[in-house]
Amino acid sequence: MLPILARRVANIIPTLAAVVALVFLLFSVLPGSFVSAMNEDGRSNIDPAVMERMRKEMGLDDPVTTRFAKYVANIVVGDLGTSFRTREPVTKLISARVWPSLKLVFAAMCFAIAVGVPLGFLAALRPGSAIDTASMVGAISGLSLSQFWLGLMLMYLFALQLKWLPSFGYGDGGIRHLILPAVALGVGPMALLARTTRAAVLDVLNADFVRTARSKGMTETRVVEWHVLRNALVLVITTIGLQFGSLMGAAVVVEKLFSWPGVGSLLVDSVFQRDIPTVQGCILLIVTFFLVINTLIDLAYVAIDPRIRYG
Amino acid sequence: MRRLVWLAAVAFTILGVAAAQAQDTPRRGGTIRMTAPYAASFGSLDPHATPRAQDDIVGKALQRSLYSWDTANNKPVLELAKSVSASPDGLTFTYKLRDDAYFHNGRKMTADDIIWSYNRIMDGTKGFPGARYVRIIKGAVDVEKGQAKEISGLKKIDDFTLEMTLTERVEPGYYFFAGTTAILPREEVEKGNYGAHPVGLGPFKFKEHIPGSRVVAERWDKFYKPGKPYADKLEVLIMAEAAARDVAFRNKEIDTSILGPAQYVAYRADPDLSKGILEVAEMFTRAMLYNPTYKPFADKRVRQAINYAIDTNLIIKRLVKDKAYRAVSWLPPSSAAFDKTMKPYPFDPAKAKKLLADAGYPNGFEFELSTSQNESWGLPIVEAIIPYLDKVGIKLKPKLVEVTVLTEIAMKGEHQAFIGSNLTGPDSLATLRCFYSKTPRTACNYTSFNNPEFDKLLDAAGEAADMAKRNDLLRQANNLLYEEAPVWFFNYNKAVLAYQPWIHGLQANPTEITHQYPENIWVDATSPAK
Repeated sequence: MLPILARRVANIIPTLAAVVALVFLLFSVLPGSFVSAMNEDGRSNIDPAVMERMRKEMGLDDPVTTRFAKYVANIVVGDLGTSFRTREPVTKLISARVWPSLKLVFAAMCFAIAVGVPLGFLAALRPGSAIDTASMVGAISGLSLSQFWLGLMLMYLFALQLKWLPSFGYGDGGIRHLILPAVALGVGPMALLARTTRAAVLDVLNADFVRTARSKGMTETRVVEWHVLRNALVLVITTIGLQFGSLMGAAVVVEKLFSWPGVGSLLVDSVFQRDIPTVQGCILLIVTFFLVINTLIDLAYVAIDPRIRYG
Repeated sequence: MRRLVWLAAVAFTILGVAAAQAQDTPRRGGTIRMTAPYAASFGSLDPHATPRAQDDIVGKALQRSLYSWDTANNKPVLELAKSVSASPDGLTFTYKLRDDAYFHNGRKMTADDIIWSYNRIMDGTKGFPGARYVRIIKGAVDVEKGQAKEISGLKKIDDFTLEMTLTERVEPGYYFFAGTTAILPREEVEKGNYGAHPVGLGPFKFKEHIPGSRVVAERWDKFYKPGKPYADKLEVLIMAEAAARDVAFRNKEIDTSILGPAQYVAYRADPDLSKGILEVAEMFTRAMLYNPTYKPFADKRVRQAINYAIDTNLIIKRLVKDKAYRAVSWLPPSSAAFDKTMKPYPFDPAKAKKLLADAGYPNGFEFELSTSQNESWGLPIVEAIIPYLDKVGIKLKPKLVEVTVLTEIAMKGEHQAFIGSNLTGPDSLATLRCFYSKTPRTACNYTSFNNPEFDKLLDAAGEAADMAKRNDLLRQANNLLYEEAPVWFFNYNKAVLAYQPWIHGLQANPTEITHQYPENIWVDATSPAK
């Protein structure tokens, strides 16, 4: 296992390096700058002399190669630079947002797995039944629904009408404030997991070894527990991993709607304000998170299916 | 029986009067829950480091500047000084400072703090936005350029007497009420990381900041206005999404909410919500600004024609849902130099066609209009004016860009025309300087306006010691702008703030409605927030 892990970690580094270079170059050619973005709310007035001093202070007039070299030299020692907006270290800005993001993503995935996987199983075990139809209609709806609209509907129902939950904010970081954004974020992955699980289980149910097990007199419950479950899990876990990895960045709509202080909303705000160091830091974090999750998923395969071995 | 009924009536009357009086009497205690609606985070809690309107919402609670804005009388007033006297030439001001203003770390404010704060703002290695205001002090530019360590125009007479000499005759209040010129304690700033734990002179002291979520502040008991602030706590909650704010407001989770056009219509129609709406004409003029280097726009008749060609009233009514006031020239109605007798350009397509023909464009012409996505002054508005201009032969091609890029385009002159929102207050002289011929495009003369008569009026206004005479000259200059029409005059923003029935003391601040002075706000006992 350790050599596999070492190889996977080694593979992450060139991916990250490519992302760093790509993001840096992209924002170097994008029109607009932090200085001109200071009036992006249409309510501020920046003096040109001040703008020039800002540009000098932030090194915005330095050549791209100089800025890139400085950036890479800093990244190597773990320094993600200073935010143009707040003039604080980017690591400090991001670290304040990581835990709320992880909480939201984790809660959303828990919801998605807890509802989507059993739903997919049930649908597969009773193909063509009312449960199967209802769950697949639900799954397609979940995939089609806009997170923004769904979030608003959840706010309207559970906060405004029923008064069960608060409609927005991080609050004291407790579960009451987490439920609505987690459900809004988790419905899409839940729908995908339901469909994927159903497809995976159906595929395994029709396999020869399952037919053999049944003909040996094994009960259906035993067949599902011993044979179907583990074989179907590989595809399900792949889907969980891909969803989990991408959710941190995909949470931006939900974060903005619910005023949830996550990395996604920090990223989007920073893009609009051209706070390049913060944008780069956020993207680096999201990509790293994605790669780490996928590495863990790859390692999980070995535990689930002994036939899978990495050369 | 009759006696009982009479006694009951008297009792109810007395109770009713008492209740009404209780509503009018500020209550001490409770929590004010305001919202920050412009972005998903605060830029910085260091007031010198950020020009953003959103950050100043918190700034008004934690910080104070030498002046503040008197919303009742629409002018700047002394805040950190008890009195001021001006020299005969109108350039030197002597301030008798408050001796009862304490920073949140317990230290009393002195003249040294003002001198240090303004020197910090002028640090040439930093791009502090307040420099545009402090530069008016004699010697400030030398500090900015690194040629001096201290601003020579600031002199400490004693701990509570400060002398300030300016480079031109202006009302200093218009410059030093800005949040970016707040007075800070040197020792707290020099500790480093000031933005994480801001210490100021405001009525509330900093308690916590959850980035991306909220700032919480507590009453500062040593605030210099006796009995104020009323509330125990102030929360500024980040809520950039209008629809979410709407739900939270209806659910009584927030006390105030800025309304967009869609919510404005809904709230006005609701019998309960309509009782809690505060409206003010803010100092923002929305306009389409022409670049005269593009040949058709060099002709006044073409510029006027566009003003005649568009049914601006209908666009404001139908598209902006009446959440704006029709613009008559550049200065907003709250300006002392605004001419109340002026009428806006009427909708007259026939006259527009005639003007175009006279200017040599009987078949119209084409132009590109740079615009953002903004719902109140962006693409939706551009799409609405296309058919009007088409009717008089003018083909408009929209060019959609981010607001960030729009600012750059305007400064570089890489546009034929652009539509945007422009800060037009509170100092009318400074506002109209954006059309002064010597003001470069990069400073704000985006229309490259050059009119000798206008320049003369502005020069005379700058020299005038008498405010009434100055305002009269500025009025004439503003009216000249109407005639010259360097822009299509669209509207002045109508800022609309919805508020809950338990919150009192809100101010109709035309400089920015979300910039409330929270020491004047109180919540009554019916507030659900504890």
